[in-house]
Amino acid sequence: MANIKQLSETRERLVGGHRLCGGCGASVAVRQVLLGAGADTEVVVGSATGCLEVSTTALPYSSWDTSFIHNAFENAAATISGVEAAYKGLKAAGKIAQDKIIKFVAFGGDGGTYDIGLQSLSGALERGHDFVYVCYDNNAYMNTGIQRSSATPHYSWATTAEVGAALPGKPQRRKDLTSIVAAHHIPYVAQASIGNWKDLVEKSEKAFNTPGPAFLNVLAPCPRGWRYTGEMTIEVARLAFKTKFWPLYEVADGVWSMKEVREKDLLPIEEFLRVQGRFKHLFEPENEHLRALLQAEVDEYYDYIRERCR
Amino acid sequence: MAEITVLAATGNAMVAEAFRQAAPDVLAAYPITPQTAIVENFAKYVADGRVHTEFVAVESEHSAMSACIGASAAGARVATATSSQGLALMYEELHIASGMRLPIVMANANRALSAPINIHGDHSDVMGARDTGWIILFAETAQEAYDNSVIAFRIAEHPQVQLPVMTTLDGFITTHAMERSELLDDTTVAAYVGAYTPEHPLLNGQTKAAHGMFASLGGTYFEIKKAERAAIDASMPHIKAAGEAWAAICGREFAPVDAWECEDADYILVVLGSAAGNARVVARELRAQGIKAGVARIRVYRPFPFEELAQVLAGARAVGILDRSDSFGAQYGPVGLDVRSALYGAGLLIPTRDYIYGLGGADVTLDVLRQAYGELQALAAGELDQSLSYLGTR
Ligand SMILES: Cc1ncc(C[n+]2csc(CCOP(=O)(O)OP(=O)(O)O)c2C)c(N)n1
Repeated sequence: MANIKQLSETRERLVGGHRLCGGCGASVAVRQVLLGAGADTEVVVGSATGCLEVSTTALPYSSWDTSFIHNAFENAAATISGVEAAYKGLKAAGKIAQDKIIKFVAFGGDGGTYDIGLQSLSGALERGHDFVYVCYDNNAYMNTGIQRSSATPHYSWATTAEVGAALPGKPQRRKDLTSIVAAHHIPYVAQASIGNWKDLVEKSEKAFNTPGPAFLNVLAPCPRGWRYTGEMTIEVARLAFKTKFWPLYEVADGVWSMKEVREKDLLPIEEFLRVQGRFKHLFEPENEHLRALLQAEVDEYYDYIRERCR
Repeated sequence: MAEITVLAATGNAMVAEAFRQAAPDVLAAYPITPQTAIVENFAKYVADGRVHTEFVAVESEHSAMSACIGASAAGARVATATSSQGLALMYEELHIASGMRLPIVMANANRALSAPINIHGDHSDVMGARDTGWIILFAETAQEAYDNSVIAFRIAEHPQVQLPVMTTLDGFITTHAMERSELLDDTTVAAYVGAYTPEHPLLNGQTKAAHGMFASLGGTYFEIKKAERAAIDASMPHIKAAGEAWAAICGREFAPVDAWECEDADYILVVLGSAAGNARVVARELRAQGIKAGVARIRVYRPFPFEELAQVLAGARAVGILDRSDSFGAQYGPVGLDVRSALYGAGLLIPTRDYIYGLGGADVTLDVLRQAYGELQALAAGELDQSLSYLGTR
């Protein structure tokens, strides 16, 4: 992989002037992922409806220095699979040169991926199209105002998982989407984070260079939704890793491997929760047991992934 | 000279042949009765290496149309087929295909919509798509399903049209009944359809293309939608030109409204699709008795041929509209609303009656059509009002 100096000189495919918030994790995720596509490779980008799409494609401007397609909310995978099928069909028709290489990548938020777009994603993975699907997981439906998704953490506040006398935020645990995707037995699956740029760019390179479907689930903190200030985004993402909230792992040709948190870096889940307003209620005295429960849950998930990586 | 092979073939088989001959680069589809045989036959062409098409066997109709949109935006010639619940599941995507001005061709096997679930022929599914910006053609026979499906590519991909086209045939009656059908040779059809040159493909290597952009407040959305209407309004001459060019090759006439004995008719039934044949049988029978009956069959339903239709109906004393679906809560069924509006626009206050018939595949017998023509005579004589009624049900 290129070093950080070389990467910093690599052409950007999501260019400045877009309308995402300051400190938005999604834009960082996209830029890091696209660094892995190879500087000279032609890339077609697809996006689901969501923050990323509305903020980068407002007519008459586009922030994408690539060919770009948005179709709807739940079908980024099906749409990019059609683009990839066209590439094959047009090659078969002799309308695209046989040696021409084009890469295909679709971005979707957690709402567009874990929830409404899960079927479309599953279908496209199963059919084996040669594409990369990237979920930028910001843990809620941000574009429509921080509603809960199946990626929203247990006990987190969201505008449809309110905190009050009767409820302490979201009553359910997060869905383990990365494992669900791994169960499709596609060539490459990885969980990454914008807080670990080197790991992410390496995984992205693998995803783009693997023939067939590849999937990246990238943690992309959101200052508005998580209730912290924009300059802390990368720090919050790092805390997610160090507190075991977001394990970094990959499944390459069926082989699971993990980037473990070094013993000396390990932090309790409180350190991740404390910096975010969406968990503020968990620091009320009567909710101490919920923090303990969350600690148990992240430990359990981390161990579960570690077990699979043995 | 075109070579013709005469086949005993179903409508589905003929649509599959048309698709094979048009040679789409991508076909993405999902099975549903009574459309399935189109996709099955096509899958066999793919397996036999008879087409270069990339066949995408998607996991739902929503994904079928989504993949078609991706492929069409990429610059491919694209086809698909569906029916009923499948078309309903595509609803969101139908608007997107037309809004993005993508020349996708889709066959629809017209079928009832749930609930209750029913797999048989009516027009409830396609009528739900009538305002989605698609050009919509109705076939009466397997032969016409073939003709319309061939013509559809030429219309959709015409640089001045650039709209998706739905080519429809009635479930079971036309999709599954075997009829004498003429298949033209591959070279003739390929030459007629021509090569497709997309204007702004995602995959052209030179410039970058952006599809499906965000148009918020500020009027761009409104302007684009206005342009979409202008495009479908302006498509009628291109539809006629494509139909007439095909007629010159195959010898079968093309008109947006197929008028049978309407010039001097007092009583005209307006009909879409397969029921036209029975309507003509009864009209012929009535003419033998000295009653001037006619049949106006709408072949191009969107854009609606309101001028052509008003001309055809202008001399009638009463007009009955056969609606094979309902627009619950409206004054008439969907076709009835269109026809009445066409008459009003032409300054023709001819009395009309709207007949809901054949829902869920209910038989359209000669008797129910005799009943309709009988009522038109009573309507013209002022003995009946212009209300909506039903044919062939309790
Ligand atoms: C079928 C459909 N349902 C609902 C919506 C409304 N909607 C648009 S974006 C969005 C949330 C997107 O959330 P996510 O995928 O997590 O991406 P983010 O906005 O967080 O980047 C919703 C609910 C829609 N556009 N289409």
